[in-house]
Amino acid sequence: MTGQTLMTLTDIKKSYFNAEIETPVLHGINVTINRGEFVAIMGQSGSGKSTLMNILGCLDTPTSGSFVLNGKEVGTLNDNELAQIRNETIGFVFQGFNLLKRMPLVDNVALPLLYAGVSMAEARKRATEKLTQTGLGAFTKRLPNQISGGQQQRVAISRALVCEPALILADEPTGNLDTTTSVEIMNLFTRLNEEQGMSILIVTHEPDVAKYAKRLVRLKDGYVTYDGPVADAHL
Amino acid sequence: MNIFQVFLEAFRAMSMNRLRAGLTMLGIIIGVGAVVLMLAIGESVREDINRRISAMGSNVMVIFPGSSTSNGVRAGRGVVQTLTLQDAQAIGQLPSFSGVAAIVQQPFQVASGTTNWNANVSGVTPEYFSIKDWNTELGSLFGEVEIRSASRVAVIGRTVASNLYGEADPIGQTIRIRNRPFEVIGVLENKGSDLGGGDQDDAVFVPLTTARQQLIRWGQPGSIHYALAQAASASQVQDAIYDASQLLRTRHRVRDDQEDDFTIRDLASIAEAAQGIATALTLLLGAIGSISLLVGGIGIMNIMLVSVTERTREIGIRMALGAKRRDVLLQFLTEAVVICVCGGALGVLFAYLGSLAITKLSPMEVGISMTGIVIAFSFSALIGIFFGLYPAKRAAALKPVEALRYE
Repeated sequence: MTGQTLMTLTDIKKSYFNAEIETPVLHGINVTINRGEFVAIMGQSGSGKSTLMNILGCLDTPTSGSFVLNGKEVGTLNDNELAQIRNETIGFVFQGFNLLKRMPLVDNVALPLLYAGVSMAEARKRATEKLTQTGLGAFTKRLPNQISGGQQQRVAISRALVCEPALILADEPTGNLDTTTSVEIMNLFTRLNEEQGMSILIVTHEPDVAKYAKRLVRLKDGYVTYDGPVADAHL
Repeated sequence: MNIFQVFLEAFRAMSMNRLRAGLTMLGIIIGVGAVVLMLAIGESVREDINRRISAMGSNVMVIFPGSSTSNGVRAGRGVVQTLTLQDAQAIGQLPSFSGVAAIVQQPFQVASGTTNWNANVSGVTPEYFSIKDWNTELGSLFGEVEIRSASRVAVIGRTVASNLYGEADPIGQTIRIRNRPFEVIGVLENKGSDLGGGDQDDAVFVPLTTARQQLIRWGQPGSIHYALAQAASASQVQDAIYDASQLLRTRHRVRDDQEDDFTIRDLASIAEAAQGIATALTLLLGAIGSISLLVGGIGIMNIMLVSVTERTREIGIRMALGAKRRDVLLQFLTEAVVICVCGGALGVLFAYLGSLAITKLSPMEVGISMTGIVIAFSFSALIGIFFGLYPAKRAAALKPVEALRYE
């Protein structure tokens, strides 16, 4: 699988309209990402990286341009098809973990499977497996507020992996964590990339986080200003 | 997501905020409880009226002497003596009638041993009991033999029996009416009060002939106070009234330009009016209950809207994980329906307890009907869908990006 094209962005533009006034945020992004890549998208706040992340995550659609993900043109899909892509193809990891607080961890992880139509028993079984893989097998029945931030983020990663997605999309995954825990989480991403060939895209503004990736895409004011190996970039 | 998972989620959401869910449910509990209880009360009033109506006898009309519409001096009913036993018997021969009873009545002091009681004493022909569908609880009724021989026998109502004899068996005892001894041959079964509230069991019945000869010295020998006539069937009531009035006009030689010298009152029309009142009462009570159910439903909508706003971020997370709009819609709709159905069940329970309390504390007997429960239950589910739909649609219409960004 490694080496095949995962996604192609061609001249992606995004503008926000407020009372007929157009505010362009992305000015034509051209990026191709292959399967198995570990890419960091960097930029200051206001650079458009959140907007790009929303488009990549199929949470939002571009104003113009073509976004082909996993062989499908995303721009023409309706709400239900986008929901299905998010469910099957993308695993999200957020800065604030975004676990549902009233649910035991196992049910949090099982939730995407339920939306995929998997039975409750099967979903819980697979969720427990994923939690065990990330070292949280003992905590399946706990609620999110009963574990630490780093553990919560590992639960969120388990949830992102549970549907066997083509891509992990992480938005500032270490933003709410201390340095030690951040290192643990980034090592987990690295392992997933190197051992399982998982394609990982991390959006961040921290150079320390970006340096775990192999490739860097730097955004500034809605333009790509750098696209190449992390090692060659001036972080 | 299958329906079981959706319900599990709904219960989970409710248990998250028990006080709020409980208070919201309270609105539905009161609403459903009110509807079920009010309908049950209306129904019991209607049944009570029906019982009293059927106690009057079916397809029954009362024939009084004297016109209700005569010009000049109007005589009250019973004052004129134009109606006779022979008139009643002639009416009984008409094909549109199945039976006619002749009645005279007067209150007397009725004594037995050292106790006495004031009761309405009626001289009746035996048809009276069949028209009123009234049987004895003890002993027997009198028949044609007693009429012909003018026997001094009496059939007494339950109230009279209790007041004179208490728990003792009255059959074979002697009661004195106007100082004449009568043998008690029967005690009538309990009939309760009439539509006017009068106690029908506070009565003594003796053969008409005996009463006319020995008790009630009034008017011509053959005249009676009124006749109770039963039409052959419900559809023949109007024909029977016409036939009877033609017959009486002929027999009384009333000229064409004169008014009737008798009055025929159809009890069915009184019964209809009473039933109309009962129906109106049931509707009124149901409407009061429905208003509280409506208020409860609005409470649901209000809380669901708050809940959707509070959980915007959760909706965003679910959408990011692959929830379709339909999933979100179903989730919030199910929550509203679960609150309503749980509230409905508790409401039915409270209505049942209320009906027990009313039955115990008041003379009314209120029973919750299965139909009432089914209606209230499906109605509360409908309320849940109706008032839950708008908040659920709002939730489903959220944009994933904006919902995720919501703090």
